[in-house]
Amino acid sequence: MRSLTHLERLEAESIHIFREVVAEAENPVMLYSVGKDSSVMLHLARKAFYPAPPPFPMLHVASGWDFADLLAHRDRTVREYGLRLIVAENEEAEAQGINPFDTGSALYSQAQLTDPLKRALTAHGFDAAFGGGRRDEEKARAKERIFSFRSASHRWDPKNQRPELWNLYNARKAKGESIRVFPISNWTELDIWQYIALEKIDIVPLYFSKPRPTVERDGMILVVDDDRFRLEPGEQPVTRSVRFRTLGCYPLTGATESTATEMNDIIQEMLLATGSERQGRAIDKGQSASMEDKKAEGYF
Amino acid sequence: MNDQSSFRTDALIAEDIEAYLDQHQHKSLLRFITCGSVDDGKSTLIGRLLYDSRMIFEDQLAALESDSAKHGTQGQEIDFALLVDGLAAEREQGITIDVAYRFFTTEKRKFIVADTPGHEQYTRNMVTGASTADLAVILIDARKGVLQQTRRHSYLVHLLGIRHVVLAVNKMDLVGYDQATFDAILADYGAFAASIGITDFTAIPISGFKGDNITSLSANTPWYQGPALIEHLENVEVDAAAAQGAPFRMPVQWVNRPNLDFRGFAGQIASGTIRPGDAVRIVPSGKTSTVKTISTFDGDLSEAVAGQSVTLTLADEVDCSRGDLIAAAGDPPQASDQFCATFVWMDEEALKPGRGYWLKLGTQTVTATVQAPKYEIDVNSLEHLAAKTLGLNAIGVAEFATDRPIAFEPYETNRQLGGLILIDKFTNATVAAGMIAFNLRRADNVHWQPTAITRDDHAGMKNQRPRVLWFTGLSGSGKSTIANEVEKQLFLMNRHTFLLDGDNVRHGLNRDLGFTEADRIENIRRVGEVAKLMADAGLIVLTAFISPFRAEREMVRAMLAQGEFIEIFVDTPLEVAEARDVKGLYKKARSGQLKNFTGIDSPYEPPEHPEIRVNTVDMTPEEAARYIIDRILPLK
Repeated sequence: MRSLTHLERLEAESIHIFREVVAEAENPVMLYSVGKDSSVMLHLARKAFYPAPPPFPMLHVASGWDFADLLAHRDRTVREYGLRLIVAENEEAEAQGINPFDTGSALYSQAQLTDPLKRALTAHGFDAAFGGGRRDEEKARAKERIFSFRSASHRWDPKNQRPELWNLYNARKAKGESIRVFPISNWTELDIWQYIALEKIDIVPLYFSKPRPTVERDGMILVVDDDRFRLEPGEQPVTRSVRFRTLGCYPLTGATESTATEMNDIIQEMLLATGSERQGRAIDKGQSASMEDKKAEGYF
Repeated sequence: MNDQSSFRTDALIAEDIEAYLDQHQHKSLLRFITCGSVDDGKSTLIGRLLYDSRMIFEDQLAALESDSAKHGTQGQEIDFALLVDGLAAEREQGITIDVAYRFFTTEKRKFIVADTPGHEQYTRNMVTGASTADLAVILIDARKGVLQQTRRHSYLVHLLGIRHVVLAVNKMDLVGYDQATFDAILADYGAFAASIGITDFTAIPISGFKGDNITSLSANTPWYQGPALIEHLENVEVDAAAAQGAPFRMPVQWVNRPNLDFRGFAGQIASGTIRPGDAVRIVPSGKTSTVKTISTFDGDLSEAVAGQSVTLTLADEVDCSRGDLIAAAGDPPQASDQFCATFVWMDEEALKPGRGYWLKLGTQTVTATVQAPKYEIDVNSLEHLAAKTLGLNAIGVAEFATDRPIAFEPYETNRQLGGLILIDKFTNATVAAGMIAFNLRRADNVHWQPTAITRDDHAGMKNQRPRVLWFTGLSGSGKSTIANEVEKQLFLMNRHTFLLDGDNVRHGLNRDLGFTEADRIENIRRVGEVAKLMADAGLIVLTAFISPFRAEREMVRAMLAQGEFIEIFVDTPLEVAEARDVKGLYKKARSGQLKNFTGIDSPYEPPEHPEIRVNTVDMTPEEAARYIIDRILPLK
């Protein structure tokens, strides 16, 4: 007898979910944010359909304020694995005067992330979208199903979720409705890192520490990723050895000071850390139920 | 943080991360469910497990402290329950109302906890959480002992096939850690458990609030020899050996065909072990072959076991697609279209016996009908009650019939191949979860009788294409009149027809049926079967039935070949039909003498996309008949 490890069981479950969706949906897509969870998702998708390539495109919602390293990693990955990439963005952001410095976080995430995502899903007629959400991230996520239904206007109704029993997923939906599917629902942040280490998955270098130009604001260390970063009067970028636990728009994502330059160092830091990974994200702050409200609106 | 009771060795993480990771890569996974009544302290226990396993970070702890002051029920102390009560609305009510999944890890295992509510009306949530659990922790408030809810939860745990049960006698601090109290509860529960078939359980006296016997044995209960809760959860054997020792079965999820040289069958192994060279049989077709390779991204495997997701290639070109099952050639599972199952109803709209639902089992999706339940099970008294249907959260036993044979195992043999869900064909809601008890017939004995004269021969001889012209509409809309007229005109065109009329069929074939919803469904099902046989005989069949429900009309459509079912909506407004009142029925219905009358106190669901719609206000019956015939030409 051979006993499966927890990572083997999680992997088998995620692969099963990927295949169910491809078998039952007409036009699936994978939300690809290029972060560590997306990298694990892509790896699982490649395993699920091997030797065929993943039979769906990748959709990246780019805010226009993405880290340069992240975009470079995205383009390299797409090339290397022969993936189809769709980039969704709000092309009118500049004309609308929306930017991460002046716009409030609610409006910013709505205009730059949620709306372009919804527009892209509708425009391409995707009826199923894989997302990298994990139930350990946030309380509202803990109760979301693996197959999560969205009305034609992409709304989530937390009171009207389908029960999910055994490994049976009901993917039936009316015309116009779509499903968001979370194949790594049952993974934790630690599982993700262990799996990345074990499977030697290539991730964005921003997760590893190196000297970067930074400023400190509202208790967050921000990296001055390009010359669009608006410095306050008297502010001078300082070189610090920093890395990221989670990646969003660079002017809104806090870095942590660190000396972790290798995978094991990162895991060690994470295990000994005292703050949750979402602590570095300006978008999640505010009332504790706010993620639930955003999800009802269509945020991933 | 809580260093005494936390079960993580931070020293090892700090000193030798490689050793730590190596150890953690070989951890196993245990999924368990916690069940208890409203105030048994379930959320507090889970919060405690998360806290002690250091799964709570400082920012979360800060939020918890401020939440505890706002909504907490523990005075100045941290209310662990707030950690796990997720959605905003329920947090305000102070009640958990859904299934939530939590995660924590120790040196030996990763745990996934399904947290489900103790409310009476939420059987559905508990069944959902239990379906994936290896173990159940049943909480009892030491002050209250075994309650009705305890019995209900234990029954559901047993019904869902969970073999490992922990009886956590909680709030021991509130009974002064009294051994006699614990022993009395143990004896009481033991007698009940044995009566429902739970032969083995582990009882542990705990306090989730104070932390007694959670991570280590408590000095407050010197009379208790162990194990502590975590120790037990870490060491309990999961049933991997049993699953791997069973005969091989893998439902095919997806056929992987990237190029002409590769044809792989992807799926997750439900039971057994497989190696290249093993003989396999495809169920239900019965074709055999041998495994050529077990292909994965990480290379070909020499062996794969239950639980793994793999892709198999076979030595022969056999027909095999999604919904088929690859099984050990010498020991395949049964396949049948009739079986008996225990099921839990999960939808607001009650079961409609005889109606077609989608049934999903493994990767098979078929149409299934459920007979009226043999009985309903009262989850409190466990008595068998007579029942005509099942409503939300009710549990019953009934016979199921599917439109084609499916491969399965009894649920107690294999959860993956014995568990099924029913899906409403119109709302797409998951309406029931079922557990197959036994096969109602040996499908090996059931073969379609091959006939020498085919249905094409029958139709060819009559020089026509068989059709079922299905007239639907309110009582008094003119269905029978128009159908009669259509038949007359077809007769003049030398066509072989037969008219099945609602009233006439009810005098003979269906005289045992009344007008309840269930009887109406059965009425239409029988008419559909008769119409199908007549169509097989080559006839053009006309039927005139109110047939008020879309689902039944669609059921008949599904019985027939593509294009043979012509739905004709006799679209007469209620006011017009009621004004005509040819048989005086509307008057009786309005005065209450006639119950369940369509359009008055029973609904009529108009067709959404009928092949033909006729308007009887502007057309005479003759014109309507001509209009219909024009639309079904050519007849051959």
